[in-house]
Amino acid sequence: MAEFETPAALVEAATKARLAGYRKMDAYSPIPIEELDEALDLRRTRLPLLVLLGGIAGGIGGFMLQVWASAVAYPMNVGGRPLISWPQFVPVTFETTVLGAALTAFFGMWALNKLPQPYHPVFNVDAFTRASTDRFFLVIETADPRFERSATRKFLETMHPVGVSDVEP
Amino acid sequence: MDPQAHHTSPSPETAALLARTPPVITPGHTFDSVTDTITHVVLTKRTPLGWFLGFFVAFVLLMVLNMTIGNLLLTGIGIWGNNVPVGWAFDIINFVWWIGIGHAGTLISAILLLFRQQWRTSINRFAEAMTLFAVACAAMFPLLHTGRPWLAAYWLFPYPNVMGLWPQFRSPLIWDVFAVSTYGTVSALFWFAGLVPDLATLRDRAKSRLAQRLYGMLALGWRGSAKHWQRYETMYLLLAGISTPLVLSVHSVVSFDFAVSVLPGWHATIFPPYFVAGAIYSGFAMVMTLAIPLRTFYGLEDFITMRHIHNMTKVMLVTGMIVAYGYANEAFFAWYSSSPYEEFMMYNRMTGPYAVFYWSLIAINALMIQLFWFRSVRDNIPLLFILSLLVNVGMWLERFIIIVTSLHRDFLPSSWDMYAPTRWDFGMFVGTIGLFLALFFLFIRFLPAIAIFEMRTIVPEAKVKAEQHG
Repeated sequence: MAEFETPAALVEAATKARLAGYRKMDAYSPIPIEELDEALDLRRTRLPLLVLLGGIAGGIGGFMLQVWASAVAYPMNVGGRPLISWPQFVPVTFETTVLGAALTAFFGMWALNKLPQPYHPVFNVDAFTRASTDRFFLVIETADPRFERSATRKFLETMHPVGVSDVEP
Repeated sequence: MDPQAHHTSPSPETAALLARTPPVITPGHTFDSVTDTITHVVLTKRTPLGWFLGFFVAFVLLMVLNMTIGNLLLTGIGIWGNNVPVGWAFDIINFVWWIGIGHAGTLISAILLLFRQQWRTSINRFAEAMTLFAVACAAMFPLLHTGRPWLAAYWLFPYPNVMGLWPQFRSPLIWDVFAVSTYGTVSALFWFAGLVPDLATLRDRAKSRLAQRLYGMLALGWRGSAKHWQRYETMYLLLAGISTPLVLSVHSVVSFDFAVSVLPGWHATIFPPYFVAGAIYSGFAMVMTLAIPLRTFYGLEDFITMRHIHNMTKVMLVTGMIVAYGYANEAFFAWYSSSPYEEFMMYNRMTGPYAVFYWSLIAINALMIQLFWFRSVRDNIPLLFILSLLVNVGMWLERFIIIVTSLHRDFLPSSWDMYAPTRWDFGMFVGTIGLFLALFFLFIRFLPAIAIFEMRTIVPEAKVKAEQHG
């Protein structure tokens, strides 16, 4: 794990590490850094698709609920007016669409990120407490095919980090 | 304030720093100083005396609320002043007032995010908290107006009950239930999601074991991984996109409670946009009311700058003018409709027994806000504080006028009556203000009132491109 002072240094280090052939790595930062997506070659997230599906499910569910309640479960004939009076169902359908999409966005994000997760090895490094304030970290995992303890350490040191440390499992 | 005022002739480095610092934060801040300033308010061991005083007042009012609700549930809603023909009064006035206040929080956090307005960053967190607390206060009124809220579940929510009854989905009141409960849920999700990275910061900076554990649990193990940030940012943007039509729909639906009826003064197509503008107007007034003491007492002037105050004033000016247009439009259509009922409604508003409230609201919402055109007014913090309180009064009067004047002179002169609130009406209203303030005091003491990680993104260090010149 290498520690950097600026987001620019982290992005540069991540790019170099990827060019050097490392694949299993992660970066940690106190702010979102858009450039890291490219530097680490992150795939686009599936979240938008899930949210779309959640919204559609919410909308259909809300509309069908109203149809069922007003026309099947408790039909009330008011002067022969249609039971499925859809224009009147629009506001609630809209709200359930929004609710479905928002719940999917919120819970989907945590589920895809596998959070809450009470334990993670990176927290074993003392310097990592600053990852939520002003320091930027690049971690190359031992699972990486090119990982070799001393060589990887040397490689990280070539990028002028503030410090390099081993992450205990 | 001009940031250059401190430096008569800025050195090249200073000039470069100023050029890279957005105008929404005082130059010279770093990741660490931003974090430290905001977390200090929460993590300090010494709670300021002023906090205790403020919380005490809020707590007393909260006890008034408890007492009122206790009496209401024991005796029934007969303790309130509303009676035929004024079947709706303080309960719906205060409901609309509170829910409107909440709208500014969502506007700031969602709509301004989509418009990439950087000045939202330092005010969005506490504005969202304000939304949440205001919605909680608002929801109490219609629920308690049912008299026995524990029985209200089957009128309001579609669940399979043993009586085989279902809610009437063609009623605007049911639309309201769905709109407000969705709004409350989405606001809570948005607020909590925004808090998580900051809770992780608090976890890492807290000194006491208890604080570390509590913030640690709430932070859900957030570690700032690049992949997590990517999904997080996507979610944040999506929630903003979803909340934008939602916030516009909520007050539109609230206005349907009136507009879908056939009562003169309520049955108007201008209601949805006019209500939404009024909501944003009153909400920004409340944000201002909260922001001014917050920045002064906690020394957050570096983050909530004069730029923010100016921008909020301008939003109030614009939305206030839309509201004033709504008043003009109501008066015009009362005349243009040639309907004797509409004409009488307007005549009664302007000259009837409640005319003094009508003209007060015109004085505040149409005339007083013209002061916001002047820069000297926008720079005068104490005056702005008073004006923002008056705007809240004006918007409360607006709802009073709309609701009470239309009801107390209905179609049958034999049923005309006057409405006067009882002390329990006032107790409930004042009590919700106590609840709101008490929650807000707890919030600024235990949670970061400004989004720390978003503030970090606007300090000059955060830029990747500008630094890569080597």
